[in-house]
Amino acid sequence: MLHIKCPHCGLRSQNEFSYGGDGTVKRPELNKEVPDKEWDTFVYLRKSPRGKHIELWHHISGCRQWIKVERDTATHEIFKTSKANEDI
Amino acid sequence: MSQEFRLDKIGLINRNKKISFKFNGKKYFGYEGDTLASALIANGVHLIGRSFKYHRPRGFFGAGVDEPYAIVQLYRNNETEPNVRATEQELFEGLEAKSVNCWPSVNFDIGAINNFLNKFFPAGFYYKTFMWPKSFWYKIYEPFIRKAAGFGVASTKHDNERYEHKYEYCDLLITGSGPSGLASAYSAAKNGARVILAEDKPRFGGSLLTSEVNIGNQNGKDWADKIIVELKEMPNVIVKNRAQVFGYYDHNMLVMSERLSDHLPKSKKYTPKQRLWYIRAKEVIISSGSIERPIVFGNNDTPGVVLASAAKEYLKVYGVLVGKKPLIFTNNDSAYETAIEFKKNNINPIILDTRENPDSELISEAKNMGIEIKFSHVVVAAKGYKKVNSAEIANISENKKDLGKIENITCDCICVSGFWTPTIHLTSQSGNKTKFNEEIDAFVPGKSKQNETTVGSANGIFSLEKTLTTAFEKGHEISKKLTNKDNKISVPKVSEKKFTQHDKFWCVPLPKEKNYKRFLDFQNDVSVADVELALREGYRSIEHVKRYTTLGMATDQGKTSNLNGLQLVSSIENKIVPSVGHTTFRPPFTPVSIGAIVGREIGKHSKPTRKSPMHSWHEKHNAVFVDAGIWLRPRYYKQGNEGLFEASKREAENVRKNVGVCDVTTLGKIDVKGPDAAEFLNRVYTNAWLKLPVGKARYGVMLREDGIVMDDGTTTRISEYHYHMTTTTAQAANVLSHLEYYLQIVWPELNVNVVSTTEQWAGAAIAGPKSRNLLQKLFPDTDVSKEGLPFMGYLESNLFGIPARIFRISFSGELAYEVNVESDNGNFMWEKIIEIGKEFAIQPYGTEALSTLRIEMGHVAGSELDGRTIPYDNGLDGLVSKKKDFIGKRSLNRKAFIAQDRQKVVGVVPLDKKTSIPEGSHLVKDANAKLPNPKLGHISASCWSVEYNNPFSLAILKDGKNMIGKKLFALCPVKNKSIPVEIVSSHYVDPKGERVRS
Ligand SMILES: [Zn+2]
Repeated sequence: MLHIKCPHCGLRSQNEFSYGGDGTVKRPELNKEVPDKEWDTFVYLRKSPRGKHIELWHHISGCRQWIKVERDTATHEIFKTSKANEDI
Repeated sequence: MSQEFRLDKIGLINRNKKISFKFNGKKYFGYEGDTLASALIANGVHLIGRSFKYHRPRGFFGAGVDEPYAIVQLYRNNETEPNVRATEQELFEGLEAKSVNCWPSVNFDIGAINNFLNKFFPAGFYYKTFMWPKSFWYKIYEPFIRKAAGFGVASTKHDNERYEHKYEYCDLLITGSGPSGLASAYSAAKNGARVILAEDKPRFGGSLLTSEVNIGNQNGKDWADKIIVELKEMPNVIVKNRAQVFGYYDHNMLVMSERLSDHLPKSKKYTPKQRLWYIRAKEVIISSGSIERPIVFGNNDTPGVVLASAAKEYLKVYGVLVGKKPLIFTNNDSAYETAIEFKKNNINPIILDTRENPDSELISEAKNMGIEIKFSHVVVAAKGYKKVNSAEIANISENKKDLGKIENITCDCICVSGFWTPTIHLTSQSGNKTKFNEEIDAFVPGKSKQNETTVGSANGIFSLEKTLTTAFEKGHEISKKLTNKDNKISVPKVSEKKFTQHDKFWCVPLPKEKNYKRFLDFQNDVSVADVELALREGYRSIEHVKRYTTLGMATDQGKTSNLNGLQLVSSIENKIVPSVGHTTFRPPFTPVSIGAIVGREIGKHSKPTRKSPMHSWHEKHNAVFVDAGIWLRPRYYKQGNEGLFEASKREAENVRKNVGVCDVTTLGKIDVKGPDAAEFLNRVYTNAWLKLPVGKARYGVMLREDGIVMDDGTTTRISEYHYHMTTTTAQAANVLSHLEYYLQIVWPELNVNVVSTTEQWAGAAIAGPKSRNLLQKLFPDTDVSKEGLPFMGYLESNLFGIPARIFRISFSGELAYEVNVESDNGNFMWEKIIEIGKEFAIQPYGTEALSTLRIEMGHVAGSELDGRTIPYDNGLDGLVSKKKDFIGKRSLNRKAFIAQDRQKVVGVVPLDKKTSIPEGSHLVKDANAKLPNPKLGHISASCWSVEYNNPFSLAILKDGKNMIGKKLFALCPVKNKSIPVEIVSSHYVDPKGERVRS
């Protein structure tokens, strides 16, 4: 079980969190013409890298904040965590 | 019965306490402190079971976790448990055990015929034989295999034992209380670290219990006892015996199973049988020791062939002789200790040493004691069927390839030692890249990935002095890092006998024209010939060889077999062992009971149960409850002999005719507050929200980004910057996370906060033509007339002095209201509604009537919003704004979503107006078409329409908008039904929606 450092609460066990996928995905702006391809990429296409990955986690049984986690998907090493509005 | 294999004085058992037990129906006795294995051997019982594949007789091989054979079915306190290792099961009064894998009995076993048919049971036998013809599998092969194979039977009864989970944090977890574990624990604890020391056996001390060594002028065992006493008294130390750390997971999370009651006739009240510890350790010291490995020779699975270290343990810990004419077969010094212990107890062993002319302190001692030693000798084969009665031995050439003349010597046991294998399971599980150590012919820990350090013989260090020195040092070094303290313990002086180099010999060649089975894996019956065959057939990777032959795949995880298997593969393939590599070590190290894994999360405890504040009222009024997510909701209120159908019909009819009340507390409620709340809702919902006035509610639909409907519900503007959102019961938690995601990640510039208020409000839906009359009586001072509280209106009032929120919203399609009060007042509200509603013939209604009402009105709910439908499919496209953008809007342009024949919700009525259509039935054009019959749609929800008194269903149907009036068939193969149906509008009752606005 991972040990994730919530930037708001400190080190907490994985079972307090839920996984939120790729943390680098940017939603296209509202009210903007978006080509099919760009929209499809946003909705469906995710990289699944072996190695470093910036992810979102939701501290769902804690402070209920979404946080960013830089994690190695192969070794599960966590390099860094940050608040949602911070760059990681 | 006398215990003919028990010595008089020696051992750590309590001879003052006799314990009686039964094995295979026969009564025996042992002593407190015995294991089932030691007590059986003391009583001369050596045959304990039959092997997995060939049903060959099985005895004891080890004395602990490594035991591959002695697996029994245990009976304790009217319960039974399979897969219990007799070598680990402590004896208790009244213990009963039976052999497994033998039928009809252990002495006469019909499956043993496999032994003589072994040509038909080669490696990969199951893959090769039982595959074809396919039709034979269920009727012939599987029942045969099931009857003949297996290690016991699981109980079919509910397990009444209690299992607990515990979370613990520590600076340092130490796994194993042998010399290295004790030394590092002591050193770290004295330096202030919070230490957990876990020992899987009942007794602490590991190898110190059986070895003749001195530590600081004490014998090894006394030193261990003293350290344990001291550790137990320290407040920063947790010491646990009968506790196996079986798994090393990510981020230094380890799991340990503690057996608290398995050694007792029954569990004490309020004491769990087992406790699972989740331990998050800053650092881990693995001191799991090493396991002796066998030398492979002919018939090496015969009962009476045991590990030399196990023979020593039986002797020194339990005062039990594994035999009275022992043959010791070794390639190293450690087995000499076993021989010396036999000799000390007036038993004359013969040592066969594969080495030519080794010399060491220990060998000299054995010689001086007059023990007969034959150098350059091997056991070619064990003789005897149910027990060893002699051995074929021979001289072996220097190159270890040729056997000399074979002679037969009488013996009643063969104690074998092929040197020691470090127990690196936990180390390897942690991600450590293990490396092969040529000096000891075994894998040892390499580079750590996590905060883990391996010490002692688990690290390939077999000298006690070196073990203690490094263990004290590591304990100090690691604790210093964590506590910043620097109290150093001086290492006690050690006296031990030095060993000389072992022989790399591991497998005795077959003599000419002999075909003895030489086993590698004793539990899965994998022999040298099986592995050879697998390699001949082209299997190369050790992982493939493992799976094809099942080598190392038994419940002992190949603790005694893996390395010899690797030696064999590498010698045939002409590769060195490290390039063959070992298979992956996976948790658990030893089998863990399902009960311990599940813990207390069983039955109703597997998830929280949430009840509304009115729950006890429902109970008192004969509510039959249903699980709705984690909530319990009344499904119907039973009157007299009513069943579900009659009761829900009565309740629904009463809503249509008079007035009903339904507990809607479970609906998800979210407070949305802030100056940008309207803008936020406008982006979340598909319809327009900017112009909703204060005091008004609006129905809204929200999508996922892929255009699929996520949830629906009404949201009410309570004040300028305050909205009260409702969600479906099932989606409440997901919707909250969804909103938080957009507020925190996507649009952090919006000044809005969301918080769940589901538990803060109790809700009652009052529905039916007489609901307004009732409401007026509940709130006499409030104008709830058609004008005072119009459809989708909202008022705040008080219910006999209690603040209340009144929403004019309807799920049933009738004139309806929802009243919310603070949860604590829920019951008061409910009773008032029932009391005052009497004059309007009010009846409470449950979820079943609620469903009926919404289905015949054509209101979509969870069964239509099933994660596969878009607004159009649900007839909600009128709520999709063309003017503004919102979550998921862009996806609605997808080609499939705008297809002309897009699926849509419709109503379905059986032509006979009698036959109910099972939910999930497929709609097809031709009931008799060839399979696979093209599916046009499926029935999403069914009810008995109270309005028309016939069955009615909703369906999601391809090209639904053009299908009204068409005749199709509803097929339900699981219920063997084919029902002719007509497609009608989904709005079966009050299609214009006049009632809700009345
Ligand atoms: Zn947090």
